Amino acid sequence: MLYQQIAQNKRRTVYVMIGFLLLVLAIGAAIGYVFYDSYIAGILMATVIGVIYMIMMISRSTSVIMSMNHGHEIKNEDEAPELWHVVEDMALVAQVPMPRVFIIDDASPNAFATGNNPEHAAVAATSGILKQLNREELEGVIGHEMTHVRNYDIRLSTIALALSAVVAMLVNIGMHSFWWGGGRRSRNDSEGGGYIQIILMVFSILIVILGPLAASIAQMALSRNREYLADAGSVELTRNPQGLISALKKISTAQPMKEADPSSAALYISDPMKKKKSFAHLFDTHPPMADRIERLEKI
Amino acid sequence: MWTTIIVIVIIVLLIAIYAGIYNGLVRARTHTQESWSQIDVQLKRRNDLIPNLLETVKGYGKYEAGTLEKVVALRNQLTQIPADDHQQTMEVSNQLSQSLKSIFALSENYPDLKASQEYTKLMEELTNTENKIAYSRQLFNSTAANLNMKIQSFPTNIVAKLQHFVQIDYLQVPEEEKAVPKVSFDN
Repeated sequence: MLYQQIAQNKRRTVYVMIGFLLLVLAIGAAIGYVFYDSYIAGILMATVIGVIYMIMMISRSTSVIMSMNHGHEIKNEDEAPELWHVVEDMALVAQVPMPRVFIIDDASPNAFATGNNPEHAAVAATSGILKQLNREELEGVIGHEMTHVRNYDIRLSTIALALSAVVAMLVNIGMHSFWWGGGRRSRNDSEGGGYIQIILMVFSILIVILGPLAASIAQMALSRNREYLADAGSVELTRNPQGLISALKKISTAQPMKEADPSSAALYISDPMKKKKSFAHLFDTHPPMADRIERLEKI
Repeated sequence: MWTTIIVIVIIVLLIAIYAGIYNGLVRARTHTQESWSQIDVQLKRRNDLIPNLLETVKGYGKYEAGTLEKVVALRNQLTQIPADDHQQTMEVSNQLSQSLKSIFALSENYPDLKASQEYTKLMEELTNTENKIAYSRQLFNSTAANLNMKIQSFPTNIVAKLQHFVQIDYLQVPEEEKAVPKVSFDN
């Protein structure tokens, strides 16, 4: 079961990367077509930005994500003994190396894990979670995060996050070109245009508009089922469903985070934004808390 | 001519399979040994912490006669047990955990003690060590289960028998761990 999960995650990481690559190229081509009158220029730009960003992200994902979420690293156990020791315990029993430990100064209780693989993982907890949860509850939460680490969920979600950032950046560049350049397509008017030109134009604009949406839907779909699995994995490590149940209850009634980075929302154990119900749950990064608690109570 | 080649190929294959299975068994056994040494490290660490705890606690009020002595006695007993007797080690260790818990419970009645930074730090270290003992016991049991499963299942059981691999006993989780320790305060 666990090994299937890991293999599936590694495979999905490859699919996600290919899918995003195609999306990035399509958006690049569309932007190039609309604003620079050349597919090739757009594709080239998208490739260059994509490759640079991916290399940057994969080599320094932990630092980038931690600074996006205002996390600061603790280097030894004296700075936060309880958190450090709980992370040590969970790493021991999950049989993964000790990850780096970060604290985010925020009164809202939350936590997440990130990294490229279990050997280069990091766990972050808010100062709120350390204050509000007792040791058993904290063990449940860190157990959940350690399951993400062990299952290679962190690699998949980190790469998905990086790729949607690339999409956002491309669209941004497109928008800037629009305002500054105003679209250099005057040439078409004299040529008489034609339906195909218009259809391509509309299609390109659609891609530019819908690209980010597709990126975020893909990212969210990836993360939902994983939360149930990580909850179950946490109980397997701690042998104590009650700890995680009462932790989730406390987390679900708390206020949202002040400065969480929206694109990292899917990484957290509970949605840090706590936004109002969105239509059809399409944009929910997390399954409903009540469902998660119910499943845990059945264990 | 052909028969010789086929026979040689089969023999080489059999040796390779045998070696593979044997190595798998050795790996599983090494894992159990490693996870036992995790427990051992934590037991030693706790033994090192106990004198500090007693020193800190001693000045405060009257502990039930014998509580502190019992901890010392169990601690010393733990160092006497031969290294390979896992079951007895864990049994004494569990008793020691219980006695320590009752010291913690009694300390709740001394606000001065609880407020002291040294005590808080010691408390966290001991809690940490106790938790690590519990989690490394869990780890030991899962590595032992892995080895035992290999020893029993076909065809690894043949190699295990020929190479004298033996099943490993699981470490029992103490019953009292679920019950609340009963402590009386003055005596």
